[in-house]
Amino acid sequence: MKNKYSIFSLIKNAFSNHENWQQAWGNPEPKKKYDAVIIGGGGHGLATAYYLAKKHNMKNIAVVEKGWIGGGNTGRNTTIIRSNYLWDASAGLYDHALKIWENLSQELNYNIMFSQRGVMNLAHNLQDVRDLKRRTHANRLNGIDAVWLNTEEVKKFCPIINTSPNIRYPVLGGTLQRRAGTARHDAVAWGYARGANEMGVDIIQNCEVKGIKRNGDVVEGLETSKGFIKTNKVGVVAAGHSSVIANMAGLKLPLESKPLQALVSEPVKPIINTVVMSNAVHAYVSQSDKGELVIGAGTDAYVSYTQKGSHDVVEGTLKAILELYPIFSRMKMLRQWGGIVDICPDASPIISKTNIKGLYFNCGWGTGGFKATPGSGDLFAHTIANDEPHKLNAAFNINRFVSGDLVDEHGAAAVAH
Amino acid sequence: MFIINCPYCGKRDQSEFSAGGEAHIERPKQPTELSDDQWAEFLFMRKNIKGVQFERWNHAHGCRKWFNMVRDTSNDKIHAVYKMSEKPPKE
Repeated sequence: MKNKYSIFSLIKNAFSNHENWQQAWGNPEPKKKYDAVIIGGGGHGLATAYYLAKKHNMKNIAVVEKGWIGGGNTGRNTTIIRSNYLWDASAGLYDHALKIWENLSQELNYNIMFSQRGVMNLAHNLQDVRDLKRRTHANRLNGIDAVWLNTEEVKKFCPIINTSPNIRYPVLGGTLQRRAGTARHDAVAWGYARGANEMGVDIIQNCEVKGIKRNGDVVEGLETSKGFIKTNKVGVVAAGHSSVIANMAGLKLPLESKPLQALVSEPVKPIINTVVMSNAVHAYVSQSDKGELVIGAGTDAYVSYTQKGSHDVVEGTLKAILELYPIFSRMKMLRQWGGIVDICPDASPIISKTNIKGLYFNCGWGTGGFKATPGSGDLFAHTIANDEPHKLNAAFNINRFVSGDLVDEHGAAAVAH
Repeated sequence: MFIINCPYCGKRDQSEFSAGGEAHIERPKQPTELSDDQWAEFLFMRKNIKGVQFERWNHAHGCRKWFNMVRDTSNDKIHAVYKMSEKPPKE
């Protein structure tokens, strides 16, 4: 049983110089056999394990992670959470996640620093205006909060935006989802890891999957760097490396893995109170609690697993940022990094069974998976436990690429992918 | 980011080029006979290899010609560049 985190535990541990905090999760060797194994110890994988144990009573399970937990895209994203998607299927999926986010700190007894500071999407031309207005209507029909702001209202909500009509891409208005915001990405992984571990889930780090053992069309286990693990259910949540795992099982996925970059500036006093995204000029920015500007750039247009990304992509983003926020012109950037994102042809994820019994994939989140972490874990756990999708992820099955019933969120999803 | 040796123009910065995805995916000879599964395979399914991959590139801001390239996607090292009409090198 884990001790409860509270103001009292903080005071109590202060007396022993914070040297006696209980271990948040263990570091076990893998058992010979599990009822289910999740490949990938990021936010989505750990959330899947947490909900498998909590809602489906599957406690003899493990999460295997090649590196350390939360060290992949969970630790590399720009922490934006929103649910203002155009299509009904996406709206259902992402708002399910947003509703879980709203109580997640309490549920996990772990402060994930969820901050509903709003997400504003800017329109820079008449087509943007039409598309964004249409999206706010679609959102509201789906019960998702969304409002249209004209240029003056944009300026009032975020005063540092340059709303001059004389810039290259003038701000003609924007949409605002007030329930949207940010969360502390590492805390999400750690909170789920702690919660899952408390219910008996083994979290096995530095354990790379080398192969998937099949008997015909049934999964029998995993070859890993820590030996063979017998299991009949494998959930793959490997983000950019999903295709690598799929190849081990002899499957092909409709994915391309590309580097996506982000960067942070030196820390400054609070200057931007919300998250501002711009589809047309591809720039988005928010400010972390430490005071750094968190800036998201675009993906490179070619397949690569290098976790670096090209300089010209960052340059393009920073040009757009400077035009929209001239006040940032003398800021220095501190760090830049890349993560490998797995992009589906329709820019929607796959949360699905496969033709191989006991093999499930949760992948294709592309450039925007962080926001869905709790919902993704919940629905993927449902899919694994029942061998059937939940109604909220039924549309995100892998067979949509055969039937043609795509969930085409390219451009419609409030940001270019 | 890397330098690409265009078979027509010589060495240029990668930002001049656009990537065309996996190479040597043949367009079906009898499109009307294809099943949905075969269409999905042709249109959407990709090897997405971590390692040596054969791919198409276009010198979009140069000669605008298409060509093929062999590149290791785990470190972006280019192993070979060859014209569309040429046979792929053996790896």
